[in-house]
Amino acid sequence: MSKKLNTNSNLYIIIYAALMVVIVAFLLAFVSKALQSRSEANVKIDKMSQILAALNIRDLDKADVEAKYAEVVKDEAKTDDLTYYTCSVDGQTKYVVPVKGMGLWGGIWGYVAVNDDGNTIYGAYFSHESETAGLGALINELPFQQQFQGKQIYDAQGDVALSVVKIGKKIDGLQPENRCDALTGATLTSDGVDQMLKSSLGKYQHILNGNSGAAQD
Amino acid sequence: MAFLSKQNKAALTEPLNLNNPIVAQVLGICSALAVTSQLKPAIVMGLSVTVITAMANVVISLLRKTIPNRIRIIVQLVVVAALVTIVSMILKAFLYDVSVQLSVYVGLIITNCILMGRLEAFAMQQKVIPSLLDGIGNGLGYAWILIVVAFFRELLGNGTLLGFTVIPQAFYAHGYMNNGMMTMPAMALIIVGCVIWANCAYNNRKK
Repeated sequence: MSKKLNTNSNLYIIIYAALMVVIVAFLLAFVSKALQSRSEANVKIDKMSQILAALNIRDLDKADVEAKYAEVVKDEAKTDDLTYYTCSVDGQTKYVVPVKGMGLWGGIWGYVAVNDDGNTIYGAYFSHESETAGLGALINELPFQQQFQGKQIYDAQGDVALSVVKIGKKIDGLQPENRCDALTGATLTSDGVDQMLKSSLGKYQHILNGNSGAAQD
Repeated sequence: MAFLSKQNKAALTEPLNLNNPIVAQVLGICSALAVTSQLKPAIVMGLSVTVITAMANVVISLLRKTIPNRIRIIVQLVVVAALVTIVSMILKAFLYDVSVQLSVYVGLIITNCILMGRLEAFAMQQKVIPSLLDGIGNGLGYAWILIVVAFFRELLGNGTLLGFTVIPQAFYAHGYMNNGMMTMPAMALIIVGCVIWANCAYNNRKK
């Protein structure tokens, strides 16, 4: 071996690369493991606050989320692989249903709280992975979510009639109580929300209406 | 070499003004446009980039004599990617809301031209301390532009700063409206243009 290491030999390069990858892999695995419990707790609290937001309980302090969640959400049930949450707000029963779909750039999701008639929306929360800031990202904000309150999900046949439609656009047979306004400049994200509601809430029809039937008996 | 010799000082302060990565070199524009619609993510992004540039500069400077020339870009990328991943995990654990807001952009620091530019142009040749200062300088140079842009975008686009409403209700009552255009990346580019213009005008006058 010469006095100065030949850093351009193939062997050196291969050993260097291999060592580097092993060291980095160990480092990342270590940090990830060390922070895992913390970030998992954050994800859990985030999910709770999203469910609470669907019930119009917003802007809670992080520390209060768990207590409020325990107070409001009574039961998490799973029927045919469909999860839903039974909640009680001011003595009234509400059902919170998760919805999941695709926006323009990535996934979008949310929670829809339904009154115990199984049809009227009590509140809604949506979020997104990477929609355009200032346009599609507005689905995460209050004005868009608030307009869902009081809307009806299903029509008389039990199909999802709830639609997100461009302001002013005429659609035959669409009732005002099923209609929400799309976001200006975010047509594809709005269409994504529309489809997400149609497909996700469609699956929950028998559960929600089954529950309301039981409640009326 | 003294810690704050003339060269070291230049490494730290030049990127703040004369050799600013954004306004003079026009690097790292994509993230500058994307995360500046509000002040808070802009600040966190600026700090994250500062930390990562400084640390990557130090690591590469330490390794500079051992790095095989033929795979140096790959080595730089691995170092940056590892640091970025660690920072993003730390944000997720301690500043969850901000990490959600920054979403993909923290990951995109890996491809931020400022980082690769500094590593390739500076840290591969320089000693550790100048590299550290150069990294901090460039990170801060990037951060202050982000903060200026975000300040105007949040103020004019939402009427808030750091989430607090600052434009009085009376303004709205007299017909003032938030400018929705400001929240879009196009206006960020125009503001960056204005900052470049103001910076050039200032430096020219000083000459």
